[in-house]
Amino acid sequence: MSDEHGEMIRRLYASIGEACVIEPNVAHVEVHGNRVLGLHLVDGLKVEADETDDGISARVRVEPGRVIETPVRICFGLLPERGVQRIKMDVDIAEGGRVAVLASCTFPNAVQILHTMDADIRVGKDAQYLYLERHVHGKSGGVTIVPKARVILEEGARFRTDFELIRGLVGDIDIDYHAVCGPRSVLEMAARVSGAGDDRIKIREEATLEGEAARGVLTTNVAVRERARAEIFNTLLATAPYARGHVDCKEIIQGEAQARATPIVDVRHPKAHVTHEAAIGSVDSKQLETLMAHGLTEEEATELIIEGLLSPSL
Amino acid sequence: MREKAILEIRNLVLRMSGRSILDDLSMGFARHRVHAVIGPNGAGKSTLACAIMGLSDYRRYEGSILFKGEPVDELPVDQRARRGMTMAWQEPARYEGLSVERFILSGAAKKSKETVREVLEQVGLDPARYGGRAVDKTLSGGERKRVELASILAMRPLLVIMDEPDSGIDMDALARIFDALEFLKANGSTVLLITHSVAVLERADHGFLMCDGKLICEGGVEKIRRYYANKCMPCDHPNEPHSDFGERAGDE
Repeated sequence: MSDEHGEMIRRLYASIGEACVIEPNVAHVEVHGNRVLGLHLVDGLKVEADETDDGISARVRVEPGRVIETPVRICFGLLPERGVQRIKMDVDIAEGGRVAVLASCTFPNAVQILHTMDADIRVGKDAQYLYLERHVHGKSGGVTIVPKARVILEEGARFRTDFELIRGLVGDIDIDYHAVCGPRSVLEMAARVSGAGDDRIKIREEATLEGEAARGVLTTNVAVRERARAEIFNTLLATAPYARGHVDCKEIIQGEAQARATPIVDVRHPKAHVTHEAAIGSVDSKQLETLMAHGLTEEEATELIIEGLLSPSL
Repeated sequence: MREKAILEIRNLVLRMSGRSILDDLSMGFARHRVHAVIGPNGAGKSTLACAIMGLSDYRRYEGSILFKGEPVDELPVDQRARRGMTMAWQEPARYEGLSVERFILSGAAKKSKETVREVLEQVGLDPARYGGRAVDKTLSGGERKRVELASILAMRPLLVIMDEPDSGIDMDALARIFDALEFLKANGSTVLLITHSVAVLERADHGFLMCDGKLICEGGVEKIRRYYANKCMPCDHPNEPHSDFGERAGDE
C-alpha cells in the first residue's frame, strides 16, 4: 500500500471517528471515489473489485460452508466537496456460508455529491448474511444517496440489513430494497434515519414471502425536524403457507417537518399472516413527561427519545 | 402536620369537559412519611397526582400547590422535578431503543454504572440481564414498573408520587416495591401512594380518602381502612358517597 493510499484510508476512518487500526484477522475494503485503497481478505472470503470511471464494481463471495468469524469492515467515501461514487456489488453467500459486514459510508464535506449503491445479493441455502451500513454526512446536506438492492434468500437463509443515517444532514436519500424470500428463510430489513433542514428521505422496502414458513420484518424508524420531508413505502407480500411477516414504521416529526407512511400488507394465502404497525407524530406526551419528571427539559427528553428510536436494536 | 408539610394542596379545583374532577381539595403531606390517597375508581386520585406533578393536561386548575412552602403552580413538570418531586406512572411509558441503563441515568443524582447496579438490585432485577435491555414492549408491565422505580431510587427525590404501585404486578414484584418504599422513607423521601388497594394503604403512615373529587376524610391508616372497607365500597354510587359519609368520617 502506498503512503498516499495509507493516508487517505486514515482520513476516511478519521471522518467517521475511528482510528485506522484493523486486526490482521479482519477482512477489510476501503474505497475512495473510484479507487480501491485497501483490500485485505481472509480465508473463505473472495472479493474482486474493478475500478470504473466513477466508482467500483465488486464481486463478493463467501465460499460454501465457510464462516467468516469476524465482521468484515468496508469503508466507502468521498472526502472532497463534489463528486460521484457509484458502487456496483454482486454478493453471493454460498450454501451454509456466514458473514457479517459493517459498512461505513462517509461524505463529511459534501456540497454536491452523488453516491449510488446497486447491489444484487444472493444468500444461499442455510447461509447467513448480516449487513450493517452506517452513513456519516457533513453539515451541509449536499449529498444524494441512492441505495438499491435486490435480495434473494434461498431455503433456510437469513439476511439482516440495518441502514443508519443519523450523523450529519441527510441531503436527499432514496432507498429501494426488494427481497424475495424462499422456504424457512428469515429477512430483517431496518432503516433508521434522522432528517433536518431541507432533507428529503424516501425509503421503499419490499419483500415477498414466497417460500413456505418464510418470515420477514420490515422496520423503519425516522425522525424529521425543521423542514425535512420523509416518505416511507413498506410492502410485504405473503404468498406461501405459514409465511409470517410484520411491517413496522415509526416517524417522529417536529417543527415544519412532514412525514408520510404507506404500509402495504398483501396476503395471498389463507395460512399466511402479516401484520403492520405505523405511527407518525410528535413525541409521545407520556414518554416525554416521564423523562421530564426525571428533571430533563422538554428538549433533552425529546432528544433522548429520538436517540432511542434511532438506535440499533438492543 | 401542615407546619411540617413538604407538599400542600390548597383549595384545588380541576374541571375537565365541564365536570369537576377535583373539587376544592385541601391536603397537607408531612415530610419523611408515606401517605396514601385511597378511593374508588373515578375518585380523582390519579388526576390529583397528575396535577401535583404538573402534567400538561392537568395544569389548568384553580387553587394552589405548594412544594417546600413555595407555590409551583406556574412550573412545568421538569422544573417541579428539579425541585425534588417525581412520579411513577400506573402504566409506565415504553421507549423503543432506550436502554434501561440510559433510562435510569437520565435523572440519577449520581450518574454511574454503580448507581444502575445498586438500584436494579434493589428492585430485584439482575443488572447484567436488564441494564442493556430496552425499556420497550419486550419488558413486561411489572418489569417496566420495577425499572421505573429503580430510576426513582437513583434520583434520590424529596417527594415520590406513585400511582397505583401494585397494578399489573405479581406478589414478588409488589414485595420489592414495598421494600423500596421503606428505603425511600429511610433515606428522607416523602412518598405519596395513589391506590384503591387496602394492602397498599396499609403500607402508609397516613391516609386520605377521596371520592368524586372530594376529600372525604384523612387520618391514621386504620381509620381510613375502616371507612374505605365498610362504607365506601358498598356505596350504591361509588362516586357519590352517602350523605352522612362526611360526618361519619369525622368520627374515629
